[in-house]
This record gives sequence, C-alpha cells and structure tokens, in this order.
Amino acid sequence: MQNRITDIGPPHYFQFMPPVIQKNYGKWKVHEIIEPGVIKYTSETGDVCFAVRCGSARLITTDLIREVADIADKYCDGSVRWTTRNNIEFHVTSEEKLRALKDDLKGRKFPGGSYKFPIGGTGACVTNIVHTQGWVHCHTPAIDASGVVKSVMDELYDYFGSHKLPAQVRIALACCLNMCGAVHCSDIAILGIHRKPPLIEDERITGVCEIPLAVAACPLGAIKPVTVEVNGEKKKTVRVNEERCMFCGNCYTMCPAMPLADGQGDGIAILVGGKISNRITAPKFSKLIIPYIPNEPPRWPTTVKTVKHILEVYAANANKYERLGEWAERIGWERFFEKCDIPFTDKSIDDYRLAYTTYHTTTQFKWSVHTDNL
Amino acid sequence: MADVKKHDTPMVDELKKGRWPSFVDDIEQKGLKGKQECLDLLGQLELSYKHKETHWKHGGIVGVFGYGGGVIGRYSDVPEMFPTIAHFHTIRVNQPASKFYSSAYLRKLCEMWDHRGSGMTNLHGSTGDLILLGTKTDQLEPIFYDLTHQMSVDLGGSGSNLRTPACCIGKARCEYSCIDTQAICYDLTQTYQDELHRPAFPYKYKFKISGCANDCVAAIARSDCAIIGTWKDDIRIDQAAVKAYIGGELKPNAGAHSDKDWGKFDIQKEVIDRCPTNCMWMEGDKLKIDNRECTRCMHCINVMPAALRPGTDTGATILLGAKAPILEGAQLATLAIPFIRMEAPYDELKDFIGKIWDWWMEEGKNRERSGELIQRQSIQELLRRTGLKAIPQMVKEPRSNPYVFWSAEEVEGGWKRDLAEFRKRHAA
Repeated sequence: MQNRITDIGPPHYFQFMPPVIQKNYGKWKVHEIIEPGVIKYTSETGDVCFAVRCGSARLITTDLIREVADIADKYCDGSVRWTTRNNIEFHVTSEEKLRALKDDLKGRKFPGGSYKFPIGGTGACVTNIVHTQGWVHCHTPAIDASGVVKSVMDELYDYFGSHKLPAQVRIALACCLNMCGAVHCSDIAILGIHRKPPLIEDERITGVCEIPLAVAACPLGAIKPVTVEVNGEKKKTVRVNEERCMFCGNCYTMCPAMPLADGQGDGIAILVGGKISNRITAPKFSKLIIPYIPNEPPRWPTTVKTVKHILEVYAANANKYERLGEWAERIGWERFFEKCDIPFTDKSIDDYRLAYTTYHTTTQFKWSVHTDNL
Repeated sequence: MADVKKHDTPMVDELKKGRWPSFVDDIEQKGLKGKQECLDLLGQLELSYKHKETHWKHGGIVGVFGYGGGVIGRYSDVPEMFPTIAHFHTIRVNQPASKFYSSAYLRKLCEMWDHRGSGMTNLHGSTGDLILLGTKTDQLEPIFYDLTHQMSVDLGGSGSNLRTPACCIGKARCEYSCIDTQAICYDLTQTYQDELHRPAFPYKYKFKISGCANDCVAAIARSDCAIIGTWKDDIRIDQAAVKAYIGGELKPNAGAHSDKDWGKFDIQKEVIDRCPTNCMWMEGDKLKIDNRECTRCMHCINVMPAALRPGTDTGATILLGAKAPILEGAQLATLAIPFIRMEAPYDELKDFIGKIWDWWMEEGKNRERSGELIQRQSIQELLRRTGLKAIPQMVKEPRSNPYVFWSAEEVEGGWKRDLAEFRKRHAA
C-alpha cells in the first residue's frame, strides 16, 4: 500500500474547457442552431462560440480518440467534449475555422466507408442512441447493443443530420430488463427480453449462490428453496414456478447457477412514448407496444423496419413540438396502434402490481380497426 | 509487431457497411495494427451472432486494494478460442464534470490504455464514467497507479455505493442553466469519495444534476437524487425580441425545425396555446406572463430563447427515487424539496442527503433502492426522517382512498380506552 493515492476524484472540469468557454462561463445569452449539427452561442460579453456535434459509436478505440485529439489540436485549442448522449462536440470561435473543421470532419471515413464523424444530432432530429454493453461485454443480455444500434442508425442516418421531425426523437436500447440507461423514458425504446424460465444447476448452486438472495430477487415470488436428490445426494437448491416466471433474469443476476439466455427464446420488445423533459407535459414512461421481435443478427431487419415505420408515422401525423408520447396520448392509444398498423396483443395489457391504473375506466374511446367488425 | 490472428467474422463484417460510424471497422483497424484483443473480441461477437447468446461468464469479483468498486470483472466462456480476452475486465474512470477534455489528457490516457489494456473504450458509460473496456487482473493495480499518479484521476463507482455523479453542460455553454451544475457535481463527488469507493449502502445510489427542467442529463429518470435548476421570480422578457420572432426575423426554437415547412411562426399557436397552464397572453404587441401560474416547463423559453430567459432568483428542485424496473417497477423521481439554494458548500442539501442515507442505511433491505424504500415505508416516513413539511407540491393529486393513519398523539384522548365505560353508554 506504499505510495498509494486514493479518493482524489475526477480532474477539475474547468481546466479542460476551451478559453472562450472559460471566459464566458455563466454569461451565455442566447443560442441558435445555424444548421444541423452546428450551434452558435452568443455571450453577454459579445463573444461567440460555435459547437459542432458529431455522431459516435460510443464503443471506440484509442486510435479514434487520438484522431479526436488531433482534430481538437488543429481547430479547437486542444479541447473537446462528449455529450450526455455520447456525441462528440468540437468548439471554434471563427467562421473560417468552423468551415475548415466541418470540411475536415466530413472527409474522415473508415475503410469500410462509414463516416467517422457525421455532423448532426441537433434540433428536431434522431440523435445518438443511448445504449448498453450487449454481447460485447455483459453476462445478462438478451440481445446485442452495438450491432442493433449501428443497424438502426444506418437506416435513420438522414434524420441525424436534419431537422424535419415534429420534435426531437430519443431512441434508446437496453439489452435486458435492468434497463441500464434510458429505455424506460425514451420516445422509442429497444429492449432485450427473454421468454424462457431459467435453467437450474442443482449440482453447482450452493457453491456459487446465496439461495435466499436468489429467492428475494424475484419480483413475482416464483422462486422457492427446496432440497432435492442429485446422484443419491441431498442438495439444497431452488425451484421456479414456471407459470409465474416472466423471464426478467434478475435471479441470474444474483445467482450464476440460474442461466436463462436462449438463442431462440430471446429477442426484442419495442416501447414508445417516454420522455424526460418537463416541457409542456410531465416526464413519461415508455409503453410496451410490441412484445417480441426475434434477434436477427447482424442487421436486425425487422427491428430496423419497425422503428423506422413508427418514426415516420409519427413524423407525418404529430403537431410541431409534440413528442411521440404526447401525440399517442392525444390521439388515443387505439388510434396509435391503428395508424402504425401494429397488432395489439394481450401482452401490452399490464398485469403487474399497479396494473389497474392503466385500465380504461371510461366510455370514451374511439372506433378503430379493432372495433369496426364488432 | 506481434502476429495477429484475424478470425473469420462474416456477420460482424456486415456492420462495416452503412454510413453511421462502424464500431467494427474501428475495432478491426486497431486489431490489425497488433491488438489481438480487438480481433478476439470481434471473433467472440461473431460467435454470439451465430448462437444469439452472450459468451461472457457470470460476474467476476476483481478490484484494487482499498476500494470496493470501480472495476467490473468479466471472463470469456470460450477462452481457448479467444485467449487474449479470457480476462476482460472493465475499469470505470471518473469523468470530468460535463466531459470536457484536453487532447493532452486524452493522449496520455490512450498511451496508458494501449500499454495495459485492450485499446477499446466506451465514451461514455450511461452513468457518466469513462469506460476502459477489457484488461487482465494483474494489470488492475498498475492501471490504478498510472491513473492516480500520472493523470490525477480516480476510479468511478460500482456496486452498492454512491455511483459517479454526472451533470448537464450547465453554465459552461447554456443560457438556461439556473445552477452551476459542474461545480455541484464536482463538490458532491469530492465530498462523498468514501461513499463512492467503499460500498456501505443497501444498494446503488446516484446523483444527477441538470441546470433546468429540460433535464439534459435525465436526472428525473436516472438518479436517486435529482437536482434540477429552477427559479422563483419572473421570466425575463425582451419585448423587442418577441416582436422579432413574430415578424419572422428570429427563428423559433433557435432553428430546431428548419428542414420542414411548418408555416410562419404563430406565437398564439406555438407558444401561448401550448403553455400547460394557460398563463400567457398578448396585450397589443406585448407578451404577458402571469408568473405566479407558471410551472417553469421551459416551453416558451425553448421556443423563443432570444426573447425569454429564466428568472434570476435561482436554486434547485430536489426529486428522489428514480430507478429502472428491477425490482418493484420503474420509478421517476418524486418531488421532495420544491426550492433549495445552491451555493457552495451546499450545506443544506448535504444535511438533507445525510438524513436520507441514515434512514435508508438503517431501514433499507438488501438491494432495495431508496425509491423503493420510499414506496414501502411512505412519503410520510420520508417527511418524519428528514424534517420536511408536507406541501401540496409533493403530490400529483391527494389520495382517493380513506385508509389514513393517525398516531395516538394526534387524536383527542389517545387510544387507551375502557370497554366498561363504553358499555355504560351502549348495551352489548
């Protein structure tokens, strides 16, 4: 423990900011998005600063970070930042540098042809997808993260660098129900789900699990401790009431002897209509509208097509400033399902603790394709 | 350069196509320059694409001496096929507030990480940390030594502790910010270093700080304690700029809708009629706001940033208990303190946080988020534990069921009664 340094925390933020931001800290007066991906900030001091926002894969190598550092040195006094949605932002103070920076960024591509630094992510757009680890690093995922995100963003690429939607559309992905990130409060959410109960390794469980923790990990009380005979030996283990299990995977999080990943069973659920900001309406949770789409690596075509379709129906129908969830609530969910041509199934009806608050306790409803043939 | 072994990855290679930045191309280029970990990672990912299942083993407890968190252990379940990622631990490095970096700092970090790790990162993890993705157990101590001695940066949080706090860009580059989000984020991170590095809580705890109700760091959805900037006085109006919006010289919402023809800006339709409390109106060519009725949703300011600004009597609203679904269902944070001054050293806030933590550390069950404790033991218990007073702003609506608890002290005569006395008045 010699020469050990601890509890120093992060570096102080101020030292890394470009001079124009240090000087005008707390003095900004107004901003203007002069084109997709480029925001102009004007200070009370009269100073001006342009921020150029670029997409990023989030999962990046040190070589790409070095390239970012080179660009920062060339145009931005060696300063750069990342946004809360994992985009990269460069700051310049003159129009000439802005032009040169943009040209430079537009010219940088990977050998396969994808852009290294696509400019966009501002205004009424589809910006970067907040996402998780997937099969690149996590042990509980039902889907991949990076691959699905790349596939969706390729298809929605034109929405990243333009301002043609009624409001910003936040897409998020989580590879399991832990929902690391923003899936529970996004306009469109892609969620990894399982559909088979866990396997139970009776031989191994007492060696690797605290059984009471696995029992307590179940939101539905589906797990009970039991003693069984394995190879003539009495062993403490658990049993899962399979009728009661909804495959959340939380028991596996607590107990390595209860794996549940399954290539055929696992897949994607789509949720929509969440938001975080308090603008006009209060923050909202996203709601489950499609219970299952199979995993289709490497391009997940059904998921991509579905997300794009929802986005485009929303874009064609919502009012200016109206977020996807506000639109769906205004027209009614029956009309949302009809307009988006999404089959409504019993899986979208809540049956967990506070489910009653989501029932439709009124005679007010609209006739839709669901009632037309009654 | 060491020989590198490129695996056959036809499915993963498909993801080099298309216009969005390809993580596959980035990682493969790095691999071909000599980083076998990169090629092995793509190889294992190909196997996952084939099986549609992850190939990481469950868990893995690793770390550095003196800390109980900051490193996520990970082991491949096919180590003989991909030996360089047999150990593939993640290190969470505490990011500077709002994620500004100097190129010198980034280069130093890359040099260290190329030497001691896989060369792959996440910029950034969802909580905010800079993620160093993939290294071996014997490298953890040297990495920690390099980080603290050469770069003056510490690890972030993991486990049942205070996780790394994060904030929006705040006053650094936003005219809406009502509080100094970076300063608060940095101060809380430094104040609670012990709680961050040495897990002592029933479960994880997160702080997030947003400068206004637009909530660009998603504090209300993703933190146990959300600190969101607000104001108490009047929205500042520049009537000349209002006219310029009406006249079309200024673009609504700073130009956020520029690629579709939404018609000429209509202040009545786009601002006044969209106000959630209907507290705005035009008087001649002047915009009026009844600020007492305003709920500070930010819509009018977002639409006309050159004409409208937040007030100058600023502070924060504190909301508690947001979390993802596991275990008892997802929660958005719920309002606890409508307004608190946010000036360093933030004693009033820290006093409040101390009371919440005392309560939760005493009463919280294993792996029970603070928001679940509030649900289980009630907001009334939160009030008793923290000394907050009940106010109508704490509820969307009053309760509709009549199952109200009273304590004996609140009721005349208390609860000790004599049945014989009762029977003197009422035959059985």
